[in-house]
Amino acid sequence: MKVPKEVMKDMYLRMLRIREFESKAQTLFADGRIPGFVHLYLGEEAVATGVCACLSDEDYITSTHRGHGHIVAKGGDLKFMMAELYGKATGYCKGKGGSMHIADRDKGILGANGIVGAGHNIAVGAGLSAQYRETDQVCICFFGDASTNQGTFHESINLASVWKLPIVFVCENNNYGISMSQSRHQAIKDVADRGAAYGIPGIAVDGNDVLAVYEAASEAVARARKGQGPTLVECKTYRWRGHFEGDPGNYKPKEEQAAWLKKDPIPRFEAFLKENGILSEKELTACVDQVKNEIKEAIQFAEESPDPDVASVVQDIYSDIVEEARVR
Amino acid sequence: MKKMSYAEAIREGMSIRMRENPNVLLFGEDVGAFGGCFGVSAGMFNEFGEKRVRDTPISEGAIIGTAVGSAATGLRPIAELMFCDFLTVGMDQLVNQAAKMRYMFGGKISMPMVVRLPNGAGVSAAAQHSQSLEAWVTHVPGLKVVYPSTPQDALGLMLASIDDDNPVMFIEHKAMYTMKGDVESFEPIPLGKGDIKHAGDDVTVIATGKMVHEALAAAKQLEADGISVEILDPRSLYPFDKELLAQSLKKTHKAVIVTEETRRGGFGGEISAIIAEEMFDFLDAPVVRIGALDSPIPFAPVLEQVCIPNAKDILGAIRSLI
Repeated sequence: MKVPKEVMKDMYLRMLRIREFESKAQTLFADGRIPGFVHLYLGEEAVATGVCACLSDEDYITSTHRGHGHIVAKGGDLKFMMAELYGKATGYCKGKGGSMHIADRDKGILGANGIVGAGHNIAVGAGLSAQYRETDQVCICFFGDASTNQGTFHESINLASVWKLPIVFVCENNNYGISMSQSRHQAIKDVADRGAAYGIPGIAVDGNDVLAVYEAASEAVARARKGQGPTLVECKTYRWRGHFEGDPGNYKPKEEQAAWLKKDPIPRFEAFLKENGILSEKELTACVDQVKNEIKEAIQFAEESPDPDVASVVQDIYSDIVEEARVR
Repeated sequence: MKKMSYAEAIREGMSIRMRENPNVLLFGEDVGAFGGCFGVSAGMFNEFGEKRVRDTPISEGAIIGTAVGSAATGLRPIAELMFCDFLTVGMDQLVNQAAKMRYMFGGKISMPMVVRLPNGAGVSAAAQHSQSLEAWVTHVPGLKVVYPSTPQDALGLMLASIDDDNPVMFIEHKAMYTMKGDVESFEPIPLGKGDIKHAGDDVTVIATGKMVHEALAAAKQLEADGISVEILDPRSLYPFDKELLAQSLKKTHKAVIVTEETRRGGFGGEISAIIAEEMFDFLDAPVVRIGALDSPIPFAPVLEQVCIPNAKDILGAIRSLI
């Protein structure tokens, strides 16, 4: 597949952004700057990037609790994202959502989601909406291997296949559902096999090869836009960190982790770009510097932003009702 | 003025908005050519076609989730659950998604969806098809809940529910679908406005759904004894019309709450708490709360009848106060 230079550069930038955002989130969480929980996308950058590079702002995505990568890749604003992780008033959700609930309607981001498997059915709704309004929008439903054991996986793909909805179901098989390895939580190796159960194509690709992901996603998105219905694309990758920060990861074999660290999708893509004369060493370095600066600015924005006004706690529950406040 | 059944009024409410707004659509199990399990959507498939009146597989989570995703992206879906009891299967999409998305996303998303919930007992449908589960949904911030008791209210509340930018749980009593009534207005009835179904001076009966009619029957019998009963139907459980309730209790000083749900943890308890906390000074006697027995709904008609409240129970409660 011929991929234009500017698309490749853009993909490289998106992967770097995710990597840098997540690396900084890791440190800021450890330093106590970010409250709550964070679930990092480190090591899986090629999946969100390869898929979102096929989309426009009008297309939709549903995401997961491990959503930062999807949101960055779909063009989410780094400042508003970081401020939300901090719980600040300037964050995407005004500090009401946090890491697991970032959304951006203007970018078609229908929300990260704290319930494993919940995005599947929401994607069906967005797909129906696109088909019903006769637009050429598609919806990408991101989810992990373990969520394919939820009933929502079955219900949603079944309905999407019957209605031929413009949805691509993208399974990020990172080999773990919290602490349970894939071989312990399901008796199949390829989630893509499950596509057959719904009469839709199921394709497995190397999820650490951004170009392979891009190619598979492009074909699936094209099918969806042509009204040929959903596709299940499984991207085989690996979760470098624990389920959440603070998880000791004592259930992961050391050799397994080491082997996957060697398959880092970013140096691999860099090598490809250099070897094929697509980006020079100088251009690559400029990209790294640009991204470092973007994230630095995002952190500064978050640090300097105010906390939410406590009166806002009872706002935004309904469009037209503000609930009773607490008087102290 | 038009005579209409409760089911026809719900259908008319949906159809009026579907004729006006192409973004309104209905989906659920067997709502299409079959017309819905209780015939509520009969004829709508012929009028609006398969694109707008859509049969879904038996997948309640997907039905509610499809409403969530399509409401978040520009449609105004009406989702029918065949029985309110099937909420259990789709509860995550309702409680963790529909109700919370606006808030979690900082108010930047709207969720204009209606979920129709056939509620209640009285047709020997036994324990999994007869429950009154309004308390489950009134408990969740982010949801609105209405429960019409007449064809007029069903029509007006359906219009307002479709017009609302928030998820509205539209509770229908399945034993009232064939009940006929006068429909004078084809305008929306604002959510949060209760209605006095029978004016009186001696006691206020706050009743919902089918219990409004049991209360009316009790009031009629008591009239002969010179006891004047006021019957207040909140119509919306959330938002709830506290003002109307306060006005009524200022006059009657006595409250009987009648809901068909099992009493324990029911919405009737919430009404009772509102009265105790905010209207205690108006009362001359303790609040009396009537509900179903704290039991699963049984099958045999004699058992079902004893399980759910009726006019006789209301009559007895009122007499105990006067």
